[in-house]
Formats: sequence, C-alpha cells, structure tokens
Amino acid sequence: MKTKDKKIKADALPLARRKYLAAKRRDRIKVAILQVSLLVVLIGLWQLCASVGIIDDFITSSPVRIVKTLASLFTQDLMKHVGITLLECIVGFAVSGLLGFAIAVGLWASDTARRVLEPYIVTLNSLPKIALGPIIIVWMGAGMKSIVTMTVLICVVVTVINVLAGFTACDEGKILLMRSMGANKMQIFFKLVLPQSLPSLISTLKINVGLAWVGTIMGEYLVSSAGLGYLIIYGGQVFKLDLVMTSTVILCVLAALMYLAVALIEKRVSSRR
Amino acid sequence: MEILSFENVSLTYQTPKSQTDALKNLSFTVNEGEFVALVGPSGCGKTTVLSLVSGLMPPTSGSVNVDGAAVDAKKGYVGYMLQKDNLFEWRTILKNVLLGPEVQKKLSPDTVAYAHSLLDKYGLKDFKNSYPNMLSGGMRQRVALIRTLVTKPKLLLLDEPFSALDFQTRLSVCDDVYAIIKQEKKTALLVTHDISEAVSVADRIIVLTPRPACVKSIFTPNLDADTPFKRRADPQFSKWFDTVWKEVCNENER
Repeated sequence: MKTKDKKIKADALPLARRKYLAAKRRDRIKVAILQVSLLVVLIGLWQLCASVGIIDDFITSSPVRIVKTLASLFTQDLMKHVGITLLECIVGFAVSGLLGFAIAVGLWASDTARRVLEPYIVTLNSLPKIALGPIIIVWMGAGMKSIVTMTVLICVVVTVINVLAGFTACDEGKILLMRSMGANKMQIFFKLVLPQSLPSLISTLKINVGLAWVGTIMGEYLVSSAGLGYLIIYGGQVFKLDLVMTSTVILCVLAALMYLAVALIEKRVSSRR
Repeated sequence: MEILSFENVSLTYQTPKSQTDALKNLSFTVNEGEFVALVGPSGCGKTTVLSLVSGLMPPTSGSVNVDGAAVDAKKGYVGYMLQKDNLFEWRTILKNVLLGPEVQKKLSPDTVAYAHSLLDKYGLKDFKNSYPNMLSGGMRQRVALIRTLVTKPKLLLLDEPFSALDFQTRLSVCDDVYAIIKQEKKTALLVTHDISEAVSVADRIIVLTPRPACVKSIFTPNLDADTPFKRRADPQFSKWFDTVWKEVCNENER
C-alpha cells in the first residue's frame, strides 16, 4: 500500500524517503533559480548593449527606458488602458467559453445537428478571423463591441471543437452501463459525460487564454481609442518604441497572470479526483 | 419459477452495406436462483443476447420476457455487469455503488443502508470513501458487482466479467462473485468464451450455434464442490470440459 507523507510527521519518515524528498526539493529550487537568472541575464545584456552603444536604444528601447516610461504612464492613464484591454479580454474569454460550451452541448445532444453543422464548423475554423475585421467594424461599430466580437470569433470555434471532442471521447462501456440502468440522455450527460470531460474542458480554457489575448490585441489593432493594443499601434506609428516595448511587457505579465489563474483552477479540480 | 424467457427470438442487424442475422429463433429460459452460462463460438451473438435482456434494443421478432413482462431498461429489473468494471474515477466507492439508485431515482435511506451493508459484508468497509484508483482489480470488480446488486435486480447479466483480469485474480474474483451471487440468492446469466469458467460456475450451460445463433445443446454439470475453484479439482470437471469443448469446437469446424 502507498503511504501518504501528510499523515506522518516529517522526522518520522525513513532516511531514504527524506533524502529523496530533499533531492526533489533541491531540484525544484535549482530550476526556479535558473529561470529567474535567465530573465535577469537577458535584461542585463539588453541594458548593457544599449548603454555601451552596441544597439541603438531609440529603436530597441532598453530596460531603463521601459521603467521610466512605465513610471510616467502610471502618472497618466496607464490603468485606464490596462483596464480596458483586460475587460475586453475577460469578457471575450467568458462569452466565447460559455457560448462554445453551449453549442458543444447542443451538438453532442443532437446527432443530426452535428452532422449538418460539421462542414460549417470546419470551414469557420480554418478561416482567418482577421479577414472579418471590416465586416465586424461595420456591424458592431468602432468600439469595444467590435473588439469583444473579434475575441469571441477567434475563441468560440476552437472551444466548440475541443469541448465536443472531449464529450465524444467518453467511454462507450460506461455509456452502455448507464443505459442498462435506464438512464436518459440528460442523466448520461450530467453524471458521466460532463465529469469525465472535465480535464479536456480545463485544457480548452488554457488554450483560450492565449487565443483571447490574440483576439483582443488584434481587435485593438483594427479599431480602438484606448487599450494596450492601441498603445502598441500608436507607439509604432509615432516611433515611440519605448511605449511599444512597455505595453508589450505589461501584456506579457497580464497573460501570464491569467494563465496562472486557469492553472490554479486546474489544480483544484484535479486534486478532487 | 421462470425469471427470463426467450421465445423464438430473432435479431437482424442492419448496416448500410448489408444485414446480418445475429439470432434466429432462439428460445431458452432461466429459472429463479439459477446460474446459467451461455457459451458459443466467438462472434456468435452472445453479447447480443445480453443487450436484448437488458432492454437496450428490441428483438426483430419473438419476445423477451423478464419476470413475465416485456423488458424495459427503466424498470431496473436487470443488473448488467460488463467486462471492464467501468467505475467512475471521480466518484467514491460508495457513490459509485449508488449510481444505479440515483439514475432510477430510488435513492432513499433504505438503499443507502443496503449499499453500506453490502460493502461491509464483502470486505469493502474501509474503502467506501476511497476512489477507484486506490483499489486492486479484484476489489474493483467486486465493487462493480455490488453496484449491480444494489438496485435489487431480478436478474444479473455477466458479460465476461473476469476476462480483463489476470489468471490468478480471475480465479479468486470468480469465487468471490459466485459466493456473493449465491448468498444474495440472485439469478445470473453469464456470457463467456471460457469453457472452464462456464463449467465451474454454472448450474446449466447453454451452447449456442454460430451466427445466426440458436440453442445447440444444454448441459447440467452438477459438480458437488461448493466453490468454482474447488470444482475445477473435481474429477468430473475435465469430463464436462471435454464435452462442452467438443460441442463448441465441432461448430467451429463446419
């Protein structure tokens, strides 16, 4: 039988086990230190090259200039830009997630619907959504609605395909078992298909975090008067590379935080199993 | 008393390219408290018989009656035990066992108490709140059996329930399952391709012909020993094994 460490006090563990755990821990710390060092070295090199004059920091910007820009943006309207982009991204992420899930449930429930809609979904999936930009702007107006629509369009098809794949991958034997108990389609869905496809739902969320950012920034490139994507485009047009780089760095941080949030949800879900 | 009766049952599968006769005029009965084994050449439609009994599909012609009435999956007359244990990994053992009553909306303090008593009785007392991945293959199969028992079915269907286990576990789980079924006084219909298994557990063995299946012959190996494992050591065992084996193989050659 397996012994769980939690139930035993640390000093009561046998020596070999303690050694193993200590080695594991050292290994984790080593990787973390290397990860941080890599970042520090890269930033340091960048700054060094800029300070010495190997690269022209008017074109490449530099860590120091980014920090300065960040500080001055803070006193202006940085939070407004961050807030707008974050809002667009989260709304787009949530709407596409819910909509995609609902469509996938419908397609799972009706074989006919699935067979009829399959070619449409496949076509929509391979269509580059950016091509719909002009149509979206005309229909939705030059504002946040267009950006959220772009985000939803980019995420929703992938969501439908992935979630449906999770549903249909359900174990045939378990479905047979439930049917032999007299279960109806709804019971099969809620008691079997949904819980069984939870891991694939979570991995769809993870993919969507990345896609939602693509959609939001792309939307802001097309049409916007505020937001990080707007700052990047604006900075590029007026040749303020500091602004471009600073916005990109903020974007990196936000995307990482959102991914971490989903990873946290995944951890909680899988720990219940 | 008759629990299950097949009367001139025929079943034809339709596929876009062809139609296949799986069963043709199949007639047999299973009496209350009996342990009946269905054996036959592979692909002869044994599992089709179980699907018919559990009401998952209707016969093309003829009638299948459980306890005097036409089968209907919703009534929960029949408990189906499959090759794999099919335990739900995200449910505890107790919750797994209660799946049937939940689906049939019969979840009451009585059924919960019954589930507890069965788990206690058959050595799973300490595992009620464990998850299936913490149990051995044999224990999981026992849980699967209790899950089918908890709805108090009139008839148990066993579809090669031991074939996914390794040989040693198979023998001991077979003993376990047999003992539980006898102790709970259940009627069971076992489908298997393992003739030694059929001879060791069954009161009656029905040999089916190749597709389209009908009854070829019926044997009653009344071996004295009280567990399947001991029966395998009975001098009569190999005689019965040979008889049934010849009957099944003879069909294969034709």
